[in-house]
Amino acid sequence: MTMQRRESLQWMLAAATLPAWSPTGAAVPKPRPTGYGTDPNLVKTYRAGELWPLSFSERQRRCAEVLCAVIIPADEHSPSAAELQVHQFIDEWVSAPYPDHVKDKALIVQGLAWMDAEAGRRFRKPFAETSAEQQHAVCDDICSVAAKTSPRFARPARFFARFRDLTAGGFYTSPQGMKDLGFVGNTPSETFDGPPAEVLKIVGIRPV
Amino acid sequence: MPFVTPRTLQKDYDVIVVGSGAGGGQTAYTLAMEGVKVLMLEAGRNYDIAAETPMFQTYADAPLRGAGTPDKPFGFYDATIDGGWAVPGEPYTRASKEDGRQFEWWRARMLGGRTNHWGRIALRNGPYDFKPHSRDGLGFDWPIGYEDLAPYYDKVEMLIGVYGSNEGLENTPDSPDGCLLPPPAARVGERLVQQRGATLGVPVVPIHRAVLTRPLDHKTIPAKLHPGNERAQRIIAQDMQARAACFWATPCSRGCSIRATYQSTAVHLPPALASGALDIVCNAMAYEVVTDKAGKATGVRFVDKTNGQHELVTGRVVVLAASACESVRILLNSKSAQFLHGVANSSGKLGRYVMDTVGSDLGGQIPLLENLPPHNEDGAGGSHLYAPWWLYQQQAKGQMNFARGYHIELGTGRRMPSMGTAAELEWLNGGTYGRQLKADARRYYGSFAYFSGRGEMIPNEQSYCEIDPAVKDKWGIPVLRFHWQWSDHETRQAAHMQKTFAEIIEAMGGKVQGKAELDGRKAIAAGGSIIHEVGGAIMGSDPQRSVTNAFCQTWDVKNLFITDGAPFASNADKNPTLTIMALAWRAADHIVERLRRKEL
Repeated sequence: MTMQRRESLQWMLAAATLPAWSPTGAAVPKPRPTGYGTDPNLVKTYRAGELWPLSFSERQRRCAEVLCAVIIPADEHSPSAAELQVHQFIDEWVSAPYPDHVKDKALIVQGLAWMDAEAGRRFRKPFAETSAEQQHAVCDDICSVAAKTSPRFARPARFFARFRDLTAGGFYTSPQGMKDLGFVGNTPSETFDGPPAEVLKIVGIRPV
Repeated sequence: MPFVTPRTLQKDYDVIVVGSGAGGGQTAYTLAMEGVKVLMLEAGRNYDIAAETPMFQTYADAPLRGAGTPDKPFGFYDATIDGGWAVPGEPYTRASKEDGRQFEWWRARMLGGRTNHWGRIALRNGPYDFKPHSRDGLGFDWPIGYEDLAPYYDKVEMLIGVYGSNEGLENTPDSPDGCLLPPPAARVGERLVQQRGATLGVPVVPIHRAVLTRPLDHKTIPAKLHPGNERAQRIIAQDMQARAACFWATPCSRGCSIRATYQSTAVHLPPALASGALDIVCNAMAYEVVTDKAGKATGVRFVDKTNGQHELVTGRVVVLAASACESVRILLNSKSAQFLHGVANSSGKLGRYVMDTVGSDLGGQIPLLENLPPHNEDGAGGSHLYAPWWLYQQQAKGQMNFARGYHIELGTGRRMPSMGTAAELEWLNGGTYGRQLKADARRYYGSFAYFSGRGEMIPNEQSYCEIDPAVKDKWGIPVLRFHWQWSDHETRQAAHMQKTFAEIIEAMGGKVQGKAELDGRKAIAAGGSIIHEVGGAIMGSDPQRSVTNAFCQTWDVKNLFITDGAPFASNADKNPTLTIMALAWRAADHIVERLRRKEL
C-alpha cells in the first residue's frame, strides 16, 4: 500500500467515526447560498452569519473554539483567539459559497472530526473536553512541517496548517491582534516623516 | 444636468466619448474645458467616491476579513465594481488551452473604470521607448517621439498631481520644475533595498505616483494647463482646492474619498462636469460605431443596461476610450457593407499586437527587519521607492540575452494586518502554535520584502484578439477571443527578474521564500494579468501597417479617435496610465483645433 493511500484510508476511518449527528453524516438539503456579489456595500460593517448562514454543528463549534485557544492562547500581550470569537469567523469562512471556501470546509470539517476521533482514541473524550496537556499532545504531533510528510499525520497536519492560518488571519485582523503586532497605522496625520532614527540605526542605515 | 439618461439626452453633442477611465476622463476633461459639448458613455454604474470609499475600515469589518473571492479577486475593499477577471454575463474566450498562451482580462464596470483601483504608478516613457525598432530592430517605432509628448506629460503631472524626483537616469525622464510633488520619505525596508541594491548596481530611487503629497498649487498651475482660457483656469483652480493632500493612511487601491490620488472620478470628471459641457450616461454598454455613406462616424449604439433597450447617440466626432481591448471589440463589431471587417480596419491590423507587461514576483524574509520598534509605515498608500531599468548599456553592448528592460516595484513595511500577515510562517518557524506562534508573528511582522518586476513586452503576430465566431455576451454582443504567445525576450527577462530579486534578497541578508524560478516560461505571469494591456489599434505613420495616426485618429474614419491604450505601438516597462493620459490630452487638443477649423 502506498503511503498516500494508507494516509487517506486513515483519514477516512477518522471521518467514519463521526457521531451520527454530525452534518457530514446527515446532509439536510438547503438552498445554496450565494456570495456577496460583485457590487457589495463596502462601507458597512459585516457580522459573521449575515451574508450566508454559519454551518458548524455545536460539536464542531466547540472543537474549533478550543483549537483556536490552543493555537493562539491569551498571553501578556493579547487575549486568545477563542476570546475574540475567531472560531465564529472560521465558521463564516468555511460556510462561504466560494470554491476555495467549499474546499476549505471539507478539510476543516474532516479535520475537526479527526481531532475528536484522535482525542477519543487517546483520552476517551472529545478534543474540547481534554486537558491542556492532552491538547498539546495531539497538536504537537500535527503542527510541524515534518508532520505533513509522516504517513500517520499527513492529512491532519494539512488540516492543522490551514486551521492555524485561518486562526491567525482572524486573530491578527482584529483590533487586539493588530495591536499585538505593533501596527500603529490607519490613522490620519498631517505629515509622514518616515522611519524614526532609532529604527534606521538598528537596521544600519544612515538617516537622510 | 451632467448625469443624464437616454431619455434626457441632448441632440447636438460635438463629441461622443466611450469610457470614463484614464483615456476617456482625460479626453472629456480637455474637450469640456474648451467648451466642446461632450457626451460620455460608461458601461458601468455611477460611483460616488465620497460616499462609497472604505477609507478606515479594517479587515475585521469586511466579510471573510477582506480576503479575495471570485466576486472581488483583489480583496473586498478593492475599488472595483462589477469587475475582475470575470464579469458576470460578459465572457471572453481564449484560442488556446496551453500554458503560456493564456490571456487574462481585468475589467471594471463603474464610472472611472480601472482608475479607481490602479496602483497610481505614473512613469513617463523615455525617448528610447518611442523608437524601439530603430534601436534594436524589434517591434515598431511610434510616429511620435518623446519631445512630442513631453509637454503633455508636464500638463498631466500638474493636473493630477504626481510625487517623485528627478534623478537624471538613462531613458527615465526628468520633469521640468513645478511638475512633480515632493516624494515621501522612504520606509525602512525600502531604504534597506536601496542600500543593498547599490552594492549590486541596482539604482533604487523615489517612484512616481499620482498622490498629492501636498495640495496642488492652484495659483500657478491652472494658467499653465489652460493658457488663454480663463474660464477653464477658474474651474480647475477651484477644483484643485477641493482636493485634499494625502493624510498618510489607507491604501490607494480602495480609492480615495478625499481625492488625494488620481482616479478619473476624483480628478477629471468633477471639473469637466463643472464646466457644464459634459453629460454622462452610465449603464450604457457601447457596441457599435455607426458610420454614414461617406464613411464618417455619425454616432454610437449602446445597450441601456437598466432596461435592455438599444439606443443610438450621435455626434460630430466619436472617441473610443473603452480600454484597449474593449475599444477594439467595438470597432470589430461595427460591420457594414462599407466596413466588412469592422470600422477602421482596412489595414487588417485591428486587434493585432496586443501587449501586456512582463511580470514576475519574488519575496523574501529579512532578519534585519525583525522585531523593529512599532512605527507607522502606511505612508502614501503604495511604494515610495522603485528601481528603474539600469542595464541599458549592457544591452547596447550585446551582453544581455533579451531586449528591453524592466523596473522593480517594492513591497515592504508594517502594513495593516490582513489574512496573509501571520499565515504560512512554516517555512520560517517549522510550524508552531501557542505562545510561540504569537512570538513568531510579532517577530516576522513587517520583515518581508516583495519584488515585482514589470517589463517591456515586444509586440508579436501571435498575440492578438478577434471576435469569437460563436460566443455572445448577455446583451447579445459578440465577445473577444484572445491569442497569446511570449517570445524568448519576455521569458528570459522574467528569469532575469527572478535571479536579480534573489540576489537583492540575499544582499539584504534575507531568505528567499520558495525559490527563484529560473525557467522564464514558468516565472512569467500570464498575459494580461499585470493589467497593462495595450495595443490592438496601434498608431503608425503607414496606414497599411497601423490603425491610427500620431493623433490617435483612425486612418480610415477621420472623425473617429481612440484614446485608451489601444494606439500604443510599444509597451515600455513604464506603467501605461500616464502615457494614456498624455496621448489623450494631445488627441483632444487636436480634436478641438480641427473642430474649430470645421475640419471634423
